[in-house]
Amino acid sequence: MANTIVTCTVNGKNREYYIDVRSSLSDMLRGQEGLLSIKHGCDVGECGACTVLINGQPFNSCIYLAVWAEGKDIFTLEGLSNGRDSISDIQQAFIDEGAVQCGFCTPGFIMSSLPIITQDTPSTREEIRKQIAGNLCRCTGYEKIVNAIEKTQAKRIAEKKSGKA
Amino acid sequence: MYNFRNLYEPKSVKEALELRRKYPEALILAGGSDILIKLREEKIAGCDLISIYLLDDLRGVCVEDDGTLLIRPLSSFTDITMNPLIKKHIPVLGEAVDQIGGPQIRNIGTIGGNICNGVTSADSASTLKAYDAVLELTSLDGVRELPFADFNLSPGKVDLGADELLTGIRISKESYERTYGHYIKYAMRRAMDIATLGCSVNVRLSEDRKTIDRFRIAYGVAAPIPIRAVSAEKAATGHTVNKELLDVVAKEVLHDITPRSSWRAAKEFRLHLAQELARRATTHAIEKAGGKIDG
Repeated sequence: MANTIVTCTVNGKNREYYIDVRSSLSDMLRGQEGLLSIKHGCDVGECGACTVLINGQPFNSCIYLAVWAEGKDIFTLEGLSNGRDSISDIQQAFIDEGAVQCGFCTPGFIMSSLPIITQDTPSTREEIRKQIAGNLCRCTGYEKIVNAIEKTQAKRIAEKKSGKA
Repeated sequence: MYNFRNLYEPKSVKEALELRRKYPEALILAGGSDILIKLREEKIAGCDLISIYLLDDLRGVCVEDDGTLLIRPLSSFTDITMNPLIKKHIPVLGEAVDQIGGPQIRNIGTIGGNICNGVTSADSASTLKAYDAVLELTSLDGVRELPFADFNLSPGKVDLGADELLTGIRISKESYERTYGHYIKYAMRRAMDIATLGCSVNVRLSEDRKTIDRFRIAYGVAAPIPIRAVSAEKAATGHTVNKELLDVVAKEVLHDITPRSSWRAAKEFRLHLAQELARRATTHAIEKAGGKIDG
């Protein structure tokens, strides 16, 4: 089987990987970089547990060819924290709101929520639900997840208005 | 690891066409949200793939000299929904593809893949049919223009030659100008679901907004392939904008559609849906056009 080199940015770091062309992006990032926040859930783009940001937008890394990552900017949950002792506001909000139960879906949900919480205008709960519609959770019933996203977005908008404006 | 055999990665459209001719059995891989999933399910294990996903020449939307809207086939559903030219000229198409899957699928899925798969449930297909889209099919021998109306041959089969590539989807100005459209997808869930039935309507009203100058209606899952309901279109064209128009459309569509029973829904339910969605989509389209039923 053919192998090839893929050059991309992962969580802000330049990377080159030597991969089997049959790899998915999730195979490459888990196998070569040890980014285990990416879950192999359904492997067919239904559950969203493997969601990563590619050039700022959420994609299912299980149905994305690793070779397509050439030249792309990839961001995973690991990029949100600086080591063990610091986690981001959205991760803390998931904990505070009880939006994590078994935790398997959590990284995917957080990745899907990133484009929403960085918006300048508040989203309705309906809009938040639409943005996380590609992620499945079998524990929480979603309400707490929507709460965590809604509160983090509100907090960030308030911070922007007061602190830095 | 996917279980395909060879992956060909052309760097240009020309190279892709050469590979098409050299390996006619190889499947064209666009966003992969159908093919990569079929590979996971072992349905097409061992196949060869020509990946065109990185060919940026096949991405984007523009308006040509004569006002024709040109959509390149690798434009993702998100690209289509967010595109200002789509929003301006044919917003119903952006609204239709915004109902596909979830955000991740709309980011990877392409409009070209959606129609080349040839499935009746393709959410973009009914709107493209209703707007008389014309396909640009390219091979090393040149370009063939084919009305999208003639593209679907049977379920999953389209009129795309073994050496051809879909390189453009065009909607003429005559087709989209002064029209207002509405698409309704009926599905069991509000996301990550396939349409039980889809109905796309667009209307052009007279100056006083009291008469239908032009009426178009197309369906997904109301027949083995996406179809236009021409009897209903004929009956509605020239009709006064009133409640009776809705009855006429709902009655006439039954001449055009041939839904079947599947595990998703019974034939009888689809017939009922086809009539009800026709009424609702027509009402919404007329309202968007500034008309009023019984006004």
